[in-house]
Amino acid sequence: MQKIEPGDAEMTERQKQDDAALVTVNLILNNQPRTVTVEPRTTLLDALREKLSLTGTKKACDRGECGACTVHVEGRRVLSCMTLVAMHEGKNITTIEGLEQNGKLHPLQSAFIEHDGFQCGFCTAGQIMSGVAMIEEAKAGWPSAATADPRRPFALADLSRAEIRERMSGNLCRCACYPNIVDAVAEAAARS
Amino acid sequence: MHPFALSRADDPAQAIAAHALDPQLAFIAGGTDLIGLMKDHAAHPEHLLDINGLPNMAEIDALPAGGLRIGALARMSDVAADMEVRRRFPVIAEALLFAASGQLRNMASIGGNIMQRTRCAYFRDETDGRCNKRNPGSGCAALHGLNRNHAIFGWSQSCVATNPSDLAVALAAMDAIVIVRGQAGERRIPFTDFHRLPGSTPERDNVLGRGDLIVAVEVPANAEARASHYLKVRDRASYEFALVSAAAAVATDGGHIRSARLAMGGVAHKPWRLTAAESGLRGISLDDSDALESAIAASFSDARALAHNAFKVELAQRVVLRALQTAGART
Repeated sequence: MQKIEPGDAEMTERQKQDDAALVTVNLILNNQPRTVTVEPRTTLLDALREKLSLTGTKKACDRGECGACTVHVEGRRVLSCMTLVAMHEGKNITTIEGLEQNGKLHPLQSAFIEHDGFQCGFCTAGQIMSGVAMIEEAKAGWPSAATADPRRPFALADLSRAEIRERMSGNLCRCACYPNIVDAVAEAAARS
Repeated sequence: MHPFALSRADDPAQAIAAHALDPQLAFIAGGTDLIGLMKDHAAHPEHLLDINGLPNMAEIDALPAGGLRIGALARMSDVAADMEVRRRFPVIAEALLFAASGQLRNMASIGGNIMQRTRCAYFRDETDGRCNKRNPGSGCAALHGLNRNHAIFGWSQSCVATNPSDLAVALAAMDAIVIVRGQAGERRIPFTDFHRLPGSTPERDNVLGRGDLIVAVEVPANAEARASHYLKVRDRASYEFALVSAAAAVATDGGHIRSARLAMGGVAHKPWRLTAAESGLRGISLDDSDALESAIAASFSDARALAHNAFKVELAQRVVLRALQTAGART
């Protein structure tokens, strides 16, 4: 969208059209009510980074192929690049900035530091948001493609390294820190 | 993405009427396929109608006769985690679990999953331009291009793309029914009739028209579903579309096949049911691999490989055999 200079009649007309097309969205973002006014085509990812100044969530492929933009909507991990912010009116959104509690890192954040679960760090926010929600999915008894027989109940104790690798496969790491990421997730799962 | 308007539907009849009236309107649920297509400039709706708020469309219900009704807005992850689905239709749970990633499965709806468009690098790539899906009449770049991932059954000179849905393969094997509500009321489409072969109009992936809304998928009970399995073979271990996949379900009598259900993915513009093989498998022992192979081969007499995908013809038969034997071990 072009920047509008006040007093320019032609541009003011465009400004009116643009304003008419804008939508206002209310979110509960990291436990705080936030309002954002955007074009309908704005993804949740772009709203977080460009409108709400939360740049912890990373934009990498922007096509749902890498997982770097993973956030939680109502506690579930989703790709913020593949959804429109205007489709999340009133929803609870958690980003990497909202994970710490009272200045204390989330156990999975600490485990990533302890196990050196990153090199460049660009995928890390997505990895951690994915891992936190994935541990909850395992606790809820969700099977995965690594589960030998989905007919049987699944328990957190069944969360093997193969299970973690499969469940985290939506998060790519170009530095290939995968073994350390699996270590970090396994430790956080065991402690949870 | 291009600019568009977005509104929310709260009444199915109004949503259907709006869709029937406006050819530039598209429904959006999870959005994981549609937003990708819009980012690649392969879809250009001027108006998106968010159907996530439509009532009673996200439930998974047991049917009186033992089948399941899965609401079109149910998320892939919820269906895959459902204990009834897992126990009674393991092939459906597995097909869902082998698809996409944990994040995408939380977003993607069942209706959207079966609506997703075929996968072909030339269709998704706007720089080439020769794609009869993207630009009808422009030709097919894949036909004589890089076609390793493309179809070996049912393709035409117009299009050689494959349908990427794993779920669709399982639903085809289960003879599921797509429940569609249109302006004239509700109709039931047998799953194997839902997707189209490309013919000379590959821009149409399925039989739905304006004003059609998928409300649910019904899976009738059958004798084979409990001993069923979905096997997916791909270039990466996870988070990748199938080169070839197979859904298999079998009912046995003393180790011999009484009846079998078989469908394949990654081989055609639609999920590919293996009816000839199903007939030929009756009475064969699950341990008799040679006889199983011969029966499966009967469904491959009309396979037509492209320049780079002849390997799929043999791979697919092996995948079907392994899926069948794994399903058989669950009886």
